Amino acid sequence: MVKERKLRVMVAKPGLDGHDRGARIIARAFRDAGFEVVYTGLHQTPESIVQAAIQEDVDMLGMSSLAGAHMYLFPEVVRLLRAKGVEDIVVCGGGIIPDEDIPRLKEAGIAEIFTPGSKLDEIVKWVREHVKPRVA
Amino acid sequence: MTLTYNQKIMDEIREEHKKWQKKLDEIFRVTRERLERFSTVSDKEIKNLYTPEDVAGEDFGNDLGFPGEYPFTRGVQPSMYRGRLWTMRMFAGLGSAKDTNKRFHHLVKEGQTGLSTAFDMPTLMGYDTDSPRARGECGKCGVAIDTLVDMEDLFEGLPIDRITTSMTINPPAPVIWGMYIAVAENRGIDRKIIGGTIQNDMLKEFIAQKTFMCPPKPSLRLITDTVEFGTKEVPRWNTISISGYHIREAGSTAVQELAFTLADGIAYTQAAMERGLNVDDFAPRFSFFFNSHLDFFEEIAKFRAARRMWAKIMRERFNAKDQRSWWLRFHTQTAGCSLTAQQPYNNIVRTALQALAAVMGGTQSLHTNSLDEVLAIPTEEAATIALRTQQIIAEESGVANTIDPLGGSYFVEALTNQMEEEAFAIIQKIDDMGGMLAAIEKSFPQREIADSAYHYQKQIDDNQKTVVGVNKYVTEERLPVDILEIDDTLEKMQIEKLHRVKNARDNKKVRESLEKLGEACAGNRNVMNFIIDAVKTHATLQEVCDVFRETFGEYRDPGIY
Repeated sequence: MVKERKLRVMVAKPGLDGHDRGARIIARAFRDAGFEVVYTGLHQTPESIVQAAIQEDVDMLGMSSLAGAHMYLFPEVVRLLRAKGVEDIVVCGGGIIPDEDIPRLKEAGIAEIFTPGSKLDEIVKWVREHVKPRVA
Repeated sequence: MTLTYNQKIMDEIREEHKKWQKKLDEIFRVTRERLERFSTVSDKEIKNLYTPEDVAGEDFGNDLGFPGEYPFTRGVQPSMYRGRLWTMRMFAGLGSAKDTNKRFHHLVKEGQTGLSTAFDMPTLMGYDTDSPRARGECGKCGVAIDTLVDMEDLFEGLPIDRITTSMTINPPAPVIWGMYIAVAENRGIDRKIIGGTIQNDMLKEFIAQKTFMCPPKPSLRLITDTVEFGTKEVPRWNTISISGYHIREAGSTAVQELAFTLADGIAYTQAAMERGLNVDDFAPRFSFFFNSHLDFFEEIAKFRAARRMWAKIMRERFNAKDQRSWWLRFHTQTAGCSLTAQQPYNNIVRTALQALAAVMGGTQSLHTNSLDEVLAIPTEEAATIALRTQQIIAEESGVANTIDPLGGSYFVEALTNQMEEEAFAIIQKIDDMGGMLAAIEKSFPQREIADSAYHYQKQIDDNQKTVVGVNKYVTEERLPVDILEIDDTLEKMQIEKLHRVKNARDNKKVRESLEKLGEACAGNRNVMNFIIDAVKTHATLQEVCDVFRETFGEYRDPGIY
């Protein structure tokens, strides 16, 4: 039996916002859950995130934003991915995201939004349930 | 002059304590203690009772002293709040300069005694609103400043010759400060008269808050330029607000906040002395900025320990002679990271407790967070409740009636001593690495903080630490909270305004002023007067910052987790 390969997840910080406590904790939690983790570091543009996600061949991309620019940055990343013909990287978001923005983000192709108070093991569980290794 | 009793009485106390502990053990053989382990929010273990035994070595004169006397454990001024209450300084900034100016006028009318400015992300990072990197960010978490015109609009009608202004700005601090000085001078106000604070603390940016532009070394050079300039030309200005706030928000423990902040202060002091400045000429203008987190006594002990440690550092390590150099004056903000999106009205209570700790710890000024800050920029109503919280503590609770009300508490004194000891051990470690700059290059503080943050999150997830409304007392009900939204048309309007200013200015003058600044950067001349000249020609924030980037290079996040 062929062992399923490990999930490859990218944690990204788009925009100029420097609040990286959440992103770094999530990255550790993913690592501890046995995923392969790529953390982009801060101050990434949508273009650099998309390029890195494709290059690193990730199964999931999680973005964190705490300074209010998510309504531009998150959909822009999805748009650029689609423009490159990538449909199967699951894109999630987290951070300070007002409730009323969530439906609009989901319409734009963000699979799930995790807001403050989300438990690490619940996020990990969600990833296990919704993200499968992409077919090469 | 010992704090406790003579040997005979101490022996009796020890005996009685043992008997009491036995009695307690009996009780807990039947029932059990409520928790397996009692610890602070920083996971410092706390005993069931503190007695004179815990402060047996303490000396009233050497360790506590009177307020306003070395080592200042009980406060930096002799009068403390009996003379004047702390400054209620609410951080504000939203949308355009004109929007924020309106909020400033509102806060001043409601009794606020000092201004505090929040800038938007592009401004904090030294980009203009029309930069591709700024898209979607304009005015979202503070006010957008591109040129001197924005700065003039921001302070329109406010008496900046009488009111002090604090500006939370780091990589572009020299530029924003230069603009403020230019606003004053254009109104005919002498730079010697204006008072206020720029945060200007880059070391903690590399450690925690992560707004950066140039690498650590040239960043420290620019800061030293501002310290030198302030000392000589703007004597009422606090040139650095050495900040533990963000270190704590990034997830450090209270002791790490204390140690890293003071280690940053040591690095700035060393740099200014290496520049040839006399410590007593600049150190009195250093101020500090701490977090007030959830654990009431741990925070009070932290503030008391900080004062005593800084006094010792300045006097013993740097041979400062002026008392004012020994003072650790500090601003406090309640802990944004402790607020919850769940049951947001509970945040009023959390903030009140944290504010109370800051006051009992002897803060010089205070920002209280608004209940909705975990969701968005505060609405005016929420900001008013937060200000009222301070006013109730100040004028109704009675805690400001006496100075250092917890001084002499066995618990608080023991905790103060313990935190000092642990923080000095960390500072020693940093000294051994070659100082804070070297420690940052090794990612030492960054890693320590990441470890603490992860540990704390695990404790919450495992229900070892309670967060009301999040992992206990959870309700499904969601109370509606009004959210302030920043209109997206703002970005367009701000870009148009920027272009109007650029079209109207004399580009030749702009170019010349920037070239001169570039030469000052490349050489070793102080950059401040060149910056003031440049912003007066309406050179933009980014144009000035690009000179820094070109000369010194750009710093990139190493992406450690």
